[in-house]
Amino acid sequence: MMRERAVLAAIVVCVVAVLAALPLFAEKFYVQLFAKIMIMAILAMSLDLLLGYTGLVSFGHAAFFGAAGYALALIAPQSGPANFWTSFPLSVAASALLALAIGFLVVRTRGVYFIMVTLAFAQMLFFLFFDTKIAGGSDGIYIDVRPSARIGGWEPFSLDNFVHVYYVALGALALVYLLLRVLLRSPFGRVLAGIRVNEHRMLSLGYPTFRYKLACFVISGAIAGIAGYLSAVQFGVVNPEMLGWQLSASVMMMVILGGMGTLIGPAIGAALWMLLELGFQSLPQAGGVELGKHWQLFMGGFIVLATLLLPNGVGGAFRRLRTPDDDA
Amino acid sequence: MPEVSAGALATRGLTRYFGGLAAVRDVSLECRAGEVHAVIGPNGAGKTTLINILSGDLAPSAGQVILGGRDVTGLAPHRMSKLGVGRSYQKTNVFLPFTAFENCRLAAQSRLPSSMRFFRPAVSNREVNAAAERALAAAGLEGRGPVPVAALSHGEQRQVEIAMAIATAPSVLLLDEPLAGMGAEESACIVDLVKRLAADHAILLVEHDMDAVFAVADVLTVMVNGAVLESGAPAQIRASRAVQEAYLGEFTDEGASGT
Repeated sequence: MMRERAVLAAIVVCVVAVLAALPLFAEKFYVQLFAKIMIMAILAMSLDLLLGYTGLVSFGHAAFFGAAGYALALIAPQSGPANFWTSFPLSVAASALLALAIGFLVVRTRGVYFIMVTLAFAQMLFFLFFDTKIAGGSDGIYIDVRPSARIGGWEPFSLDNFVHVYYVALGALALVYLLLRVLLRSPFGRVLAGIRVNEHRMLSLGYPTFRYKLACFVISGAIAGIAGYLSAVQFGVVNPEMLGWQLSASVMMMVILGGMGTLIGPAIGAALWMLLELGFQSLPQAGGVELGKHWQLFMGGFIVLATLLLPNGVGGAFRRLRTPDDDA
Repeated sequence: MPEVSAGALATRGLTRYFGGLAAVRDVSLECRAGEVHAVIGPNGAGKTTLINILSGDLAPSAGQVILGGRDVTGLAPHRMSKLGVGRSYQKTNVFLPFTAFENCRLAAQSRLPSSMRFFRPAVSNREVNAAAERALAAAGLEGRGPVPVAALSHGEQRQVEIAMAIATAPSVLLLDEPLAGMGAEESACIVDLVKRLAADHAILLVEHDMDAVFAVADVLTVMVNGAVLESGAPAQIRASRAVQEAYLGEFTDEGASGT
């Protein structure tokens, strides 16, 4: 077990090293692509906390991703940059507050009903922005000037620089991963695991499970907000698609393909998902058919194959490498 | 009604209907600290329904549950647990993928004022770990802590069930057929444990193993069709004509174990 853990640690160190060095040799397109992948990996890990570790199948996770993006767009002044150090925590807090409000209602439900009501709330938010003139309606709104991270005369990083955005995303990914690992080992994390396995017994042991599920929902929503904020910063635009069910479904696929309840798995799932999407979209013309236009057909086929061949996802292999105590 | 001592559990006129059927009908009993109160009766007598009401898993249709002089009728299971009412289940109700130790550790962790603790590792709390180890040892599972419960024998899983109830440090213990599915050796261990626990716990025991019941019970209540048929000291129950006719007879005559 020790040796396997060492191998796993070595793989993680190598991946982090490659990611850290990527902007030194890769073209701008790939640097931006991987920044986007890392942002999606943060979103996927936030959903894994709910889905994989607590057993709450949220089908409206895009709501919290989009909420932070919209919060930034609405906070940002008409001309000139927003302050990163205030707009970032405020946007994440907006996502957390939304998760608190929605969670307060949905966490009472279970199973299929939980899936339905999380989807319903996310769709309500989607149509709130899609059907009204708030923040540009269905077209979305541009964030013309990126937030500034200037403190006095010192600017630790500039979000106008794509390499800096890349490193901010990498740093956020690493911090979120470590935070979640610490959280899952804590008494709170163990309560979540207990709820996933047998909520009834948790109640009879004296745990008010509603409170813990709600706290988990809020933490997960806040982390999704970190991803949403970074995404809005990277693209300089927010639109209702950031809140839509298609994104919620994609993130769920990333988590399931990667392997629920492994954290690293969903991050790998996010990379796999986005690289495949890009790969299938750039398929050439063959026999008079634009294969790339029908990329979703290939994606669907891949999902079916992956489900058959990797029932526990890519991260299933990682899970087996963990000590029984970790899984306890 | 007699005075209820602190830490003791009592019911007054407890009734629970399922549709038109009274699963528990007008049951008044008392379970004092330092005493094992056994509830016996044929299948369908309402024993488990009674425990489910006492633990908060079910709300009664009528009547009161009183804990240490306080009316706790209809409180949720987690509130009852926090007030010191621990229970074990007839059907093993544990965390199968977790180790035996983690099952008990999670049970012991529930006694922290709050588990909204996010940063220190759960396994670094020495008091909680020690309470879990004590519960494992008490239930005869010493050395079995690191084994996932799913990999334990059925009898050992039953022991985990009881160890978890103990790990929550209850003052009142509701044991629902703790010996069901246990081997002779494991049964003897649990009977010893119940005797030891009786010194400073109020124990309500539902059990079909009559030898065990008469070995540990201070008070016996016989239930038939949801109602109390007779209640009193073991000798009194043994001598009771009504009880023999209604219930004990079928055991002594046919030698059925009832499990």
